[in-house]
Amino acid sequence: MKLPIYLDNNSTTQVDPRVFEVMIPFFLNDFGNAASKSHPFGWKAEEAVDYAREQIAALIGANEKEIIFTSGATESNNLAIKGVFEMYAAKGNHFITVTTEHKAVLDACKHLEKLGAEITYLPVGSDGLLKVEQVAEAIKPNTVLVSVMYGNNELGVIQPIREIGKLCKEKGVLFHTDATQAVGKIPVDVLADHIDLMSFTAHKMYGPKGIGALYVRRKNPRVKVTAQMDGGGHERGMRSGTLNVPGIVGLGKACELARLEMDAEAIRLSALRDKLENALLNLEESYVNGNVEHRLPHTANISFKYVEGEGLMMGIKDIAVSSGSACTSASLEPSYVLKNLGLDDELAHSSLRFGLGRFTTEEEVDYTINCVTEAVNKLRDMSPLWEMFKEGIDLKSIEWTEH
Amino acid sequence: MAYSDKVVDHYTNPRNIGTLDKSKNTVGTGLVGAPECGDVMRLQIEVNDETGVIQDAKFKTFGCGSAIASSSLATEWLKGKTIDQALEIDNMDIVEELALPPVKIHCSVLAEDAIRMAINDYRAKQGLEPLISEKVHH
Repeated sequence: MKLPIYLDNNSTTQVDPRVFEVMIPFFLNDFGNAASKSHPFGWKAEEAVDYAREQIAALIGANEKEIIFTSGATESNNLAIKGVFEMYAAKGNHFITVTTEHKAVLDACKHLEKLGAEITYLPVGSDGLLKVEQVAEAIKPNTVLVSVMYGNNELGVIQPIREIGKLCKEKGVLFHTDATQAVGKIPVDVLADHIDLMSFTAHKMYGPKGIGALYVRRKNPRVKVTAQMDGGGHERGMRSGTLNVPGIVGLGKACELARLEMDAEAIRLSALRDKLENALLNLEESYVNGNVEHRLPHTANISFKYVEGEGLMMGIKDIAVSSGSACTSASLEPSYVLKNLGLDDELAHSSLRFGLGRFTTEEEVDYTINCVTEAVNKLRDMSPLWEMFKEGIDLKSIEWTEH
Repeated sequence: MAYSDKVVDHYTNPRNIGTLDKSKNTVGTGLVGAPECGDVMRLQIEVNDETGVIQDAKFKTFGCGSAIASSSLATEWLKGKTIDQALEIDNMDIVEELALPPVKIHCSVLAEDAIRMAINDYRAKQGLEPLISEKVHH
């Protein structure tokens, strides 16, 4: 077993060697511009791009003409939200989204607020899930778009996308989903789920960084977004810029592999994740954050009460994970996603996110169980909060000197 | 962010973890920080009646590696000092010794606050006025 162990696959994933392999020629001999219509270099590139579009469309149940290439999910989210705001300004200016969305969605919405949009931010329950009724109640005559993420990056919880999509269809409101964490991990079908716009990216599914896509529905209804960059009018006028051919080829291959291997892989990963989670829940005062039933197969978010997340990560330095603790980011605020579950800040500070992946082995999971258990016990021995808890002192009764 | 070797050393081999008997009137306890802020430090000193020297110091800390290292270092420095000498410990000395980056300076401030609070607790037990810190943190 090689150290360090990578369990941060919700942040990014290793490129699958099979993906890397098919990308190589497009950096070297086949370097043409897919928009060059007059010579074989361009034809070859265009052919590769067309094939990738088919591979991508097949994974999500779309038509290949509905795939718009972008630089990644952040750009896709921006293009979907800002592009709909501009394109459908005559129809209305009200958007509905959720407080636990990724910053790429939340900040795009905040940007639109400055431009006169009205945004409703729906709260989630203590399990991280949104209820379709909340969306139904929030829809107004001037609502143009509902944007709800498919699977949450921090918790792994899966929102009721199909029900929300169906509701939006009935109400004649466009539906966007940030499916960055879901595509390639669980079955996603844009038709069955009634999705009009969907963001996703290659590097979360064993493809390269810097390439993603926005699915834009062409029929029933025909959806258009206003381009956010001016240029050559590529991608049906919605996203200008010379296509990243090696990246697109990589995204295509990553989608094909996911389509073929996803079902078996989900079973393998959820078994490993459950093994990890159950073992760590044997520790006293440890809790899973988020709904455990509607959840991505590879994610576990666990709080170890009375232990601080960054301190804990230092104790498991051979294992790469993320924490909801403030200390891991430049800001001193703990994870807004965990806070939105109504979790005490203290529990948010005590959380670790484990993101398993295609290259995670059982040996690595076993090592992680031992390492985390040891570190939690060690840190609790030096935690004044743990001592107070053991003495039966209510921490809420103490007057803390907040700083 | 990479930790300095000294932070790693104190984190891996913390000095003086533990609890002193806070019912003794020679023991002063400082508890600073807040769970929701992600750092709580408890620092205790035991002062020798006759010599006025801090003969023992213990800590327990909930926090990141830098917070643990700051409090571990503080207990090391406190032992063998008189109260007056202990009051001279400045948070910037801790920053320098542990090579803390700017984002972790608050850990050293917390350690200094804990020292002062422990000393005041001891003074109160001895029937002395609390010292007023001329420094204003937070």
